[in-house]
Amino acid sequence: MIELNPLVIFFAAIFTNNMIFSYFLGMCSFIAVSNEIPTSFGLGQAVTFVLTFTTILNYFIYHNILVPLNLEYLRFIVFIISIAAFVQLLEMIIERYFPNLYYALGIFLPLITVNCAILGVSLFMVIRQYTFLQSVGFAIGSGLGWTLAIVAMAGARKRIRNNKLLKGLEGPGITLIITGLMALAFVGFSGIVQIQ
Amino acid sequence: MNTIVITTVTVTAFTGLLALLLTIADRTVANYGEKKLIINEDKEYIVDGGNTLLATLINEKIFIPSACGGKGTCGYCKVKVVEGGGPVLPTELPWLTKDELEESIRLSCQCKIKEDMKIEIPEELFNVREYEVRVESIEDMTPVIKKLRLRFKEGEEINFKPGQYIQLKAPKYEGNDEEVYRAYSIASPPSEKSYIDLIIGYVPNGIATTYVHKHLKVGDTVHINGPYGDFYYRDKYDNEMILVAVGTGMAPILSILYHMRDENIKRKARFYFGARTPEDLFLLDELRELEETLYDFKFIPTLSRALDEHNWTGERGRVNVLLDKHIKDPKDKEAYLCGSPAMIDTVVALLKEKGILEEDILYDKF
Repeated sequence: MIELNPLVIFFAAIFTNNMIFSYFLGMCSFIAVSNEIPTSFGLGQAVTFVLTFTTILNYFIYHNILVPLNLEYLRFIVFIISIAAFVQLLEMIIERYFPNLYYALGIFLPLITVNCAILGVSLFMVIRQYTFLQSVGFAIGSGLGWTLAIVAMAGARKRIRNNKLLKGLEGPGITLIITGLMALAFVGFSGIVQIQ
Repeated sequence: MNTIVITTVTVTAFTGLLALLLTIADRTVANYGEKKLIINEDKEYIVDGGNTLLATLINEKIFIPSACGGKGTCGYCKVKVVEGGGPVLPTELPWLTKDELEESIRLSCQCKIKEDMKIEIPEELFNVREYEVRVESIEDMTPVIKKLRLRFKEGEEINFKPGQYIQLKAPKYEGNDEEVYRAYSIASPPSEKSYIDLIIGYVPNGIATTYVHKHLKVGDTVHINGPYGDFYYRDKYDNEMILVAVGTGMAPILSILYHMRDENIKRKARFYFGARTPEDLFLLDELRELEETLYDFKFIPTLSRALDEHNWTGERGRVNVLLDKHIKDPKDKEAYLCGSPAMIDTVVALLKEKGILEEDILYDKF
């Protein structure tokens, strides 16, 4: 494994290895919340925020608890629990002490607990054996990439809102198809950087 | 074997630790202490802070209409927050109009109590309660309209104004995987407090109407809450009443008529009722009887699609045509309308044109 600059990983996570368009992770909230651009942007910010903090948290849990105890195989369940608990805690804290931040992000936090992109980033970090700085770069980049994807989707959905669609395709159906088309476009970026 | 034990112990310890952490956080960070909630300036409640306004009010047995159960997806649970609501949250914005924002109306399911709060709610909501009722009878009125009688439990009763509605909960059933609340006007007299009648039409693919028409049986238990609504009989006048309804919109009008009978109110009343064919008319015997017993009441049905074979001798055409013909003098008239939005909009426009004051036109759209 070559030592990659965290910045390279950061950009790669946004474009070439986008969480949505390359790995199809975090799809539930991506489809459910991509109706309005401002809301999508808010959710994207919240995902970036939580991703960064949970990845740092899980980095320490993994390297300082699980590895020394030879319990690496527990990372799936431990990461899930730590993310869920962390999001809860975070919500309580910012609701109490940072009303402005709560106003902007807080309401999205419960939605994020079950966002698989968050767990995905923590697991990729382990699989790809990232260092601490690489993990942080990867987390922030993935969050921004996710934001980019959902805002782009909200823009596309805004355009098609008044168009006639086959009944079965309305809502999630057409969103999945658009996601597929956008993913094809993002395939064009692939191969520019290798991050694993 | 060893692995299983280690795994179990580690996961339990880890989960327990986080649960402990969260509990401590819940007690400290999320504990806002006791807050004062003042409703309509005169009623004061001491409540635990940190919960949503809707949940807190339900705890205090005050029911704000809410169809989605606090998820912020129906937009019904609006209340006026005079003081202490904090900024309006993005989740509320889609449901609030500009005027409502200026009047500091909030969605009570999103707005949390974090400081002492002053709110205003309609006085009637103090009457609103949740009831578990038994289906006493289901009668076919027409092929697509049923009349339901719901009997309250021994010792329970309901106080409502004639014209108000309740919300009926349609549970999950085969083909429907969500609980929904739907509003239905009460058709029975307010003097009968131990049961209510509802008149429910079948709407193809309607969740609640399909439940009522295809699944509900006599003896079943259903959940309702209410009463709600500002469409009810006003007793400040004794002028002529123009009652207008189509289809199941007859329900609240019936309740008003029964109320006039029971209270022996001596007012002139004309009930204009629109339907398509003679098969769509129902409760004719009841209405004829009311014509006999009430002081000065006439039921005037009109059919828009009466064919020759129906031998219909009454009025023809839509209900607005009928009103146009019958209402000559707008002076001292009060109108109560109930039915589809299209009918209401046409009739309200017509009545205003005739010179009836806007404040004297009451309506219930569904």
